[in-house]
Amino acid sequence: MDLLRSSVLTLIVFLPAVGSVIVALMPKEKEDLIKKFSIWWSVIPLLLTTWLAIDYAMNFLRGNQMAYQAKFAWIPSIGVNYHVGADGLSVPLLFLTALLTTLGLYYSARVIRKRVKEFFLLFLLLATGMFGVFVSLDLILFYVFWEIGLVPMYFLIGIWGNPKDRPQYAAIKFFLYTLAGSIFMLLAMIGVYLSTGTFDILDAAAKGVWLNAPMFATLSFWAFFIAFAIKVPSFPFHTWLPDAHTAAPTAGSVILAGVLLKLGAYGILRVLLSLFPGQFAQFGWIVALLGVIGIVYGAFVSLAQTDLKRLIAYSSVSHMGYIMLGIGAVGVALGMKNVAGAKESAAMAFNGASLQMFMHGIITGALFFLVGVIYERAHTRDLKVFGGLSAVVPVYYATMMFAGFASLGLPGLAGFWAEFFTFRGAFGIVPALAVIGVIGIVITAAYILYRIIQSLFLGEFDPKRWDHWTTVFGEHADGPTDMALFEKVTLWPLVILMVLLGLWPTPLLAFFNEASVNILSSLHF
Amino acid sequence: MNYPSVFNLTWLIPLPTALAFFAIILFANPKKRLSSNIAVGAVILAWIMSWAVAIVFFLNPELTEHPFDLSVPWLPMGTITFHMGVAVDAVTAGMLFMVGFVLTMIFIYSTGYMSFPGHLDPEKYPDAAKEGLDPRYSRFFAYISLFATGMLGLVVANNLLMLFIFWEIMGLCSYLLIGFWFDKSYPDPKQITPKQAGLKAFLTTRVGDVLFMMGLIFLFIHAGDLNFQAIFGNQEFLHELSTSTVNLPFFGAVTWAGLISMLIFWGAIGKSAQFPLHVWLPDAMEGPTPVSALIHAATMVSAGVYLIVRMSPLFSAAAHGGSGVMMFVAFIGAFTALFAATIAVAQKDIKKVLAYSTISQLGYMFAALGIGAWVAAIIHLLIHAFFKSLLFMASGSVIHGVEHGHHHVHEHGEHGHEGYFDPQDMFNMGGLLKRMPVTGWTFIIGGASLSAFPLITAGFWSKDEILAHAWADGHMAVYWTLAAGAFLTAFYTFRQIFLTFFGSPRTEAAEHAPESVRAMTWPLVALAFFALFGGFVAVPEDFPVVGGIASDFMAKLMELQGEFYGLHVAPAEFNWTPALISMTLALSGIVVAWLVYGWKPLAAGKPDPLRRWLGPIYVVLENKYYFDEFYHLVAVRPTLWLASFFYLFDRGVIDRIVNWVGAFGRWLAAALRKWIDEFIIDAAVNGAGLVTTWTGAVVRLIQTGQAQNYLLILLLSVVVLLLLIPLK
Repeated sequence: MDLLRSSVLTLIVFLPAVGSVIVALMPKEKEDLIKKFSIWWSVIPLLLTTWLAIDYAMNFLRGNQMAYQAKFAWIPSIGVNYHVGADGLSVPLLFLTALLTTLGLYYSARVIRKRVKEFFLLFLLLATGMFGVFVSLDLILFYVFWEIGLVPMYFLIGIWGNPKDRPQYAAIKFFLYTLAGSIFMLLAMIGVYLSTGTFDILDAAAKGVWLNAPMFATLSFWAFFIAFAIKVPSFPFHTWLPDAHTAAPTAGSVILAGVLLKLGAYGILRVLLSLFPGQFAQFGWIVALLGVIGIVYGAFVSLAQTDLKRLIAYSSVSHMGYIMLGIGAVGVALGMKNVAGAKESAAMAFNGASLQMFMHGIITGALFFLVGVIYERAHTRDLKVFGGLSAVVPVYYATMMFAGFASLGLPGLAGFWAEFFTFRGAFGIVPALAVIGVIGIVITAAYILYRIIQSLFLGEFDPKRWDHWTTVFGEHADGPTDMALFEKVTLWPLVILMVLLGLWPTPLLAFFNEASVNILSSLHF
Repeated sequence: MNYPSVFNLTWLIPLPTALAFFAIILFANPKKRLSSNIAVGAVILAWIMSWAVAIVFFLNPELTEHPFDLSVPWLPMGTITFHMGVAVDAVTAGMLFMVGFVLTMIFIYSTGYMSFPGHLDPEKYPDAAKEGLDPRYSRFFAYISLFATGMLGLVVANNLLMLFIFWEIMGLCSYLLIGFWFDKSYPDPKQITPKQAGLKAFLTTRVGDVLFMMGLIFLFIHAGDLNFQAIFGNQEFLHELSTSTVNLPFFGAVTWAGLISMLIFWGAIGKSAQFPLHVWLPDAMEGPTPVSALIHAATMVSAGVYLIVRMSPLFSAAAHGGSGVMMFVAFIGAFTALFAATIAVAQKDIKKVLAYSTISQLGYMFAALGIGAWVAAIIHLLIHAFFKSLLFMASGSVIHGVEHGHHHVHEHGEHGHEGYFDPQDMFNMGGLLKRMPVTGWTFIIGGASLSAFPLITAGFWSKDEILAHAWADGHMAVYWTLAAGAFLTAFYTFRQIFLTFFGSPRTEAAEHAPESVRAMTWPLVALAFFALFGGFVAVPEDFPVVGGIASDFMAKLMELQGEFYGLHVAPAEFNWTPALISMTLALSGIVVAWLVYGWKPLAAGKPDPLRRWLGPIYVVLENKYYFDEFYHLVAVRPTLWLASFFYLFDRGVIDRIVNWVGAFGRWLAAALRKWIDEFIIDAAVNGAGLVTTWTGAVVRLIQTGQAQNYLLILLLSVVVLLLLIPLK
């Protein structure tokens, strides 16, 4: 058991990479084999993360212990270690990553038709990068995984992107923008080393970074922040997102929205919050302000969209705003240690932000799959050509209703809890900003119902309005066909999660709540 | 405290219909009759449990001192754990009694009502037309089952968060059900369609809901809990809340109790369609009629009143702290009561009249709550639900009859398609009492109750109590506003009755309208019983003659409950003056309606005589004071404009800056590489390595597209790091 516990994270991280090497050795023509192998191979990390979640909940949850640690020297000359571990914040995100990876591979096996080998190879490699970020406890390791995630996504967008959506442009924009941010991060990491003599996140946090040089501390804070804010993305660094999302293939968008964006938010909570609590307390209001602007601005821009995928991309900007608001509120609360109730509110805001990371992953993941479902049939995402689908494709309609209402934060579905906790926390700390954020809730309802539901599903179905329908397998069809079995298998697990977590978020919340309470305590709150 | 064991059933009450919802959408969906049987079975189960709990409570009035509360830990929140659960007090018991019964009647009625709709082409849906059922019959029963869950859950919730969750679930169902016939369109493009009406309802109530959520959050922040008993049992906390203040921009210093009450009240304004958020309810009539009865008369809209009833201790604490929130509630309520009644006078759609009358009656309840007539508000809430759902379902029966008559005329080929025929227009009806006696008589009973016909109807007792309170407590402005409303109510209700049921048929459709099936008429009869006699549970003891005979146990029970919550609920003393005034007003409203519409029935094709007498006022009323147009101008258009503006800004400014930076970086990279290559190759090793790496990455990205390059760069970065750090 101890052996398993100390190696499980390494297995989760590197199994996908091993898988992609195996795929690389397979002959290109054996597409079927490549697909089957990749899917089943990805199930192993999924099972491992499931086991991880159960085991963690049973043995390590109380006190938010950093469990499953493995540490050995990697580049001893500069004290870089291979140091991994997981706590209540990372365990659910590992599970989310594994789930969306498997679903993405499974879905792609049916709809990716060109350069199959490379696609699956890159997709598996991507998983390694994402898992790696969530388990790294060493800054350099963190950085390496951060960058590893970038490369496969660049190709997924550039090669398998829809030619109509300028995929090369979108891919380069995504790559360069993130890379530019990570240069700052690398510099700041070196700064951490210069200050503390270690790259280890836990050690550095314990020692305190640039305690005697507030100027450097502030600079490092902003250098990290920019890297993370670009990744989230937070307003005003968000413009790569709609382009990248619109161009990316369906599974790419799912991973991008479901996991990659969370890397930024996770980085803020894991690295920035623990290394620079003082700066966080000082500048938390800016983070919260950017969050609020993101919420409202993103919602309004979503309302102006007529391209379904671009709409959902912008809705992500808005939803990421909730995370930034929650995190910013936590920061502001750090400076309010003597105010009654501030700790409770900070814990709620932390919970809200981390819940939003998970919930947005399943909800927007599902929404992007749902875009894929209609796009594979209609070969357009222009909302103006649809209408009346509710009567024609009821299963698709029902699935979209669950995802759409979860996204607008309907109580009883997953998204509500994230919103509720975020606002509960934010109103206790930065009420003036939270009030503005509330406008976003109304506008979100407007774009989901007015743009998505009404344009796609309501009204009378007119077969004459659009005549390029095919089935999902590319055969000619007279109209839209309802979801195929593989699409149901992809989407329904996510819908079930939305309903279950909507009614009973406790199992998930237990992880995040332990994490928030203990991380805040460790900051002497 | 030992509670009757039946109370342990309480948490099960919302469950059967929730299971029915999932059973229908997942499995039973293709079999229509099976779906409706599941739904009806589930709601009957819920009804039995509701009545069991309610009646046991009624039999044990001492329980008002010890409301039942059953919680389980639900959410870890920081260091506290939030509990969810159910509670039963007198208000809950009263609501359960009404909701369980009305829901069941509506479900049964729906099995008859949801036949194949007239606006659909039978050739497009051959199977559904053959069965004679709506093509989406199963979906309808799934939706109303979920709705029933929402309402029952809201009633039994023991905390405000749970109440809010079910509140929103009802909002969802309302959206789905109003837009149920989402493919319906009208020849007049200005006439609102079901899909637009659903959207409007959801978004309008959403405005109220977010304010409600803010109030909830502030209450949570201050109380650390949202359990009703925990908050209202803590007088100290309420006192503190009503004395501590917060400074708001524009409003100055207000007490927390006042602010929270106000925010929560806005939730009720949205949900109960009070001025100025009333605009969605009349358009919600686009939904199938059982929905109107279910959501827009008996249950969901009254949830707003229920919320304020529930939160009354907070409101009263706020009022004690000097906040004007109770006055605001009374003002909104009284104003809405009169305002909506005036609009109802000039409507021609049978359901729209009822919609405005609902808004108006809910206004009475809020006015009652605002002046502290807590018991009267609850009694009117309960009794109104019975007679208003009766009226809606009877009007649905009328619409059905007229539609059938219309089809009958067409099938016999006497007329070609003469254009669009509106089966809801009262001016297309007339003389229906003879054709549809059960529907007609039950409608008249419901209408008499709504008009507060003295002594023999339930509506008289409940409404009279509100007016008596207003008079006794000296709220004269409220009294006269509501009294004027009472006159108009009687007038527009009997205008409706005379136009619809009396005189001679004004169209052939009305001439051939058949009585509805028994699944529809029986629930009407059952509800008519309560519309007549429901009031005899709350007759004031000191009312001359009748007071001695009838009972007032319900009013007494609510009084006890109100006292337990620290509210001043002493009944108003009987006074002849207001009683006679309100009786006179109600009767004269009926008489005037008879003079205008009953004495000389309107002939076919003749305009409403009111139009001639009121002139431009009639046009303003007919157009609902142009509120829709106004909101379109100040809310809808600016929102859409802002959305487009932000999108242009995003593409034209923010993204353009990003692209400029990108272009600059490209130029700089090229220049740097040239410079580095030519002049300081050596320096690349020390320190400038990073820049090179970055430059290389940028340049190569643009020039090639090979995976190995990027991996190489990453590797390089690490190597450079290794070189760099020891040099420090």
